[in-house]
Amino acid sequence: MDDLYRDYILEHYRRPHNAGTLEHPSVSYEGFNPLCGDRINMMLEIADGTIADVAFVGSGCAISQASASLLTDEIKGKTVEQVAALRPDDVLDLLGVEISPARLKCALLSLDTVSRALEQAEH
Amino acid sequence: MLTSQPKSKLGAIPMARPATHLKFPLPLDPTRVRADFPILAVRNSHGRPLVYLDSAATSLKPASVIEAVNGYNREYSANIHRGIYEIAQRAAAAYEGARGSVANLLGAKADEVVFVRNATEAINLVAYSWGRHYLKEGDLIVLTEMEHHANLVPWQVLAAEKGLRLEFVPLLDGRLDQEVFANLLAQEPKLVAFTHVSNMLGTINPVGRMTAAAHSAGARVLIDGAQAVPHMSVDVIAIGADFYVFSGHKALGPTGSGVLWGRREILEAMPPFLTGGEMIKEVSLRTSTYADVPGKFEAGTPDIAAAIGLGAAARYLMALDMCAVRAHEQALTNYALGALVQEVPGIEIYGPGNGARGGVISFNLPGIHPHDVAEVLDRSGVAVRAGHHCAMPLHAKLGLAASARASFGVYSTRQDVDALIAGLREVQRIFKA
Repeated sequence: MDDLYRDYILEHYRRPHNAGTLEHPSVSYEGFNPLCGDRINMMLEIADGTIADVAFVGSGCAISQASASLLTDEIKGKTVEQVAALRPDDVLDLLGVEISPARLKCALLSLDTVSRALEQAEH
Repeated sequence: MLTSQPKSKLGAIPMARPATHLKFPLPLDPTRVRADFPILAVRNSHGRPLVYLDSAATSLKPASVIEAVNGYNREYSANIHRGIYEIAQRAAAAYEGARGSVANLLGAKADEVVFVRNATEAINLVAYSWGRHYLKEGDLIVLTEMEHHANLVPWQVLAAEKGLRLEFVPLLDGRLDQEVFANLLAQEPKLVAFTHVSNMLGTINPVGRMTAAAHSAGARVLIDGAQAVPHMSVDVIAIGADFYVFSGHKALGPTGSGVLWGRREILEAMPPFLTGGEMIKEVSLRTSTYADVPGKFEAGTPDIAAAIGLGAAARYLMALDMCAVRAHEQALTNYALGALVQEVPGIEIYGPGNGARGGVISFNLPGIHPHDVAEVLDRSGVAVRAGHHCAMPLHAKLGLAASARASFGVYSTRQDVDALIAGLREVQRIFKA
């Protein structure tokens, strides 16, 4: 019956890709969604303007964690410019399920966290 | 079905019948009660009827309340306390009649009832008017760990401004630790503010006993009754507090309606909160004198329609009888607690293990975030709250990021609980938990 909780979303939630920590991250940032308590600590290793490696430690709902899993797969190996150009619609496309307005914050926490991590890396 | 008021020439609203507490009130008839709530006949986009289990956030509204609001807007939407024409007098009579009905519900006098927007505004009013005037650097305010943000943040702001100390009564097995409370009272706080019923744990606090103890220590007492007034008989005189607040929209009334009740001599001695029109006696260019209570605290044109609606809500609740309401919700809560544990493997339920408890059940399914729980439940028409329920410190204390919460109202039934359980089993099926 359920369009939102497709098997691949639940699979990413149960066994998220890139879960864990990096030993020498160039930058790390913890994103927090106070509405529901979703948390994502995003670590990026940046080399020659490219996301050489990425990892995250997170807790929260299936949508926020599956989104982080899918997004980290997506950005690995991409240039910082390519990642900075990602828009909310790109993340929603990655998820591939319909997200209600109430859950947008959950779905987009991962992108918001990556963006803020990149901002921090610039300074 | 509760009827709307008979209309005299001015359409004056008769005072509600006094809050008589029968020894054996008629038990609440859920079928009859549910017929009074038009929203329960509305189907969602999946064609399912509403299973509303979020009454702690806001209540559904009975037809008599909707009619009272519509009646004002349709027939006599004049400002109050000003016009001498017919509909203005009718509006003023309805507004003051609503004040009388709310007073009857609380066992209070009408001139001690101040209309505000919600419990949050009522607490802010006390913090800014009473607190700013009477409290000084180093003074102690005692709160508790189970407060809604509405009864925390205004005091944090005041404490930062005035250099006050804040202390908190901790939890002990889902209840307030009365031993620590007694020790805190020994430090002679100027104010003790606590909730009547926890909006997360459902704990019913011994408000009468705590108020008496606080008064013995010389403190003023404010009680947040947002989760109590719609669910049980509340008699503010018997409780003995100095301030008692609640939100009208959680008590079958419209949004935009709330109440501050305060003891008359305390309200009279307090400076005004908001100032301007309606709250004055006489104004010259440089000085003004203020209206008597409660008008002193109702600056500007109030939400007249909401107040009139809240009056209708108070009369509706009194007609049901608050003892019958409590009996109904207590039986339902006991049923739900037993059935959830039995039918939903692994469910974690928070709150006191036994004893007095209101119709609020917060829970988690291990390994499944409450937002996912709420989302799946929503598809079968079951509305529950997921998050921190405006009680972040309490969730932190319990080591939780969030929880799901089912809460009851006068219209809730065992069928609602059964739908919740079926929905939770569907959640577990999808998540293979």
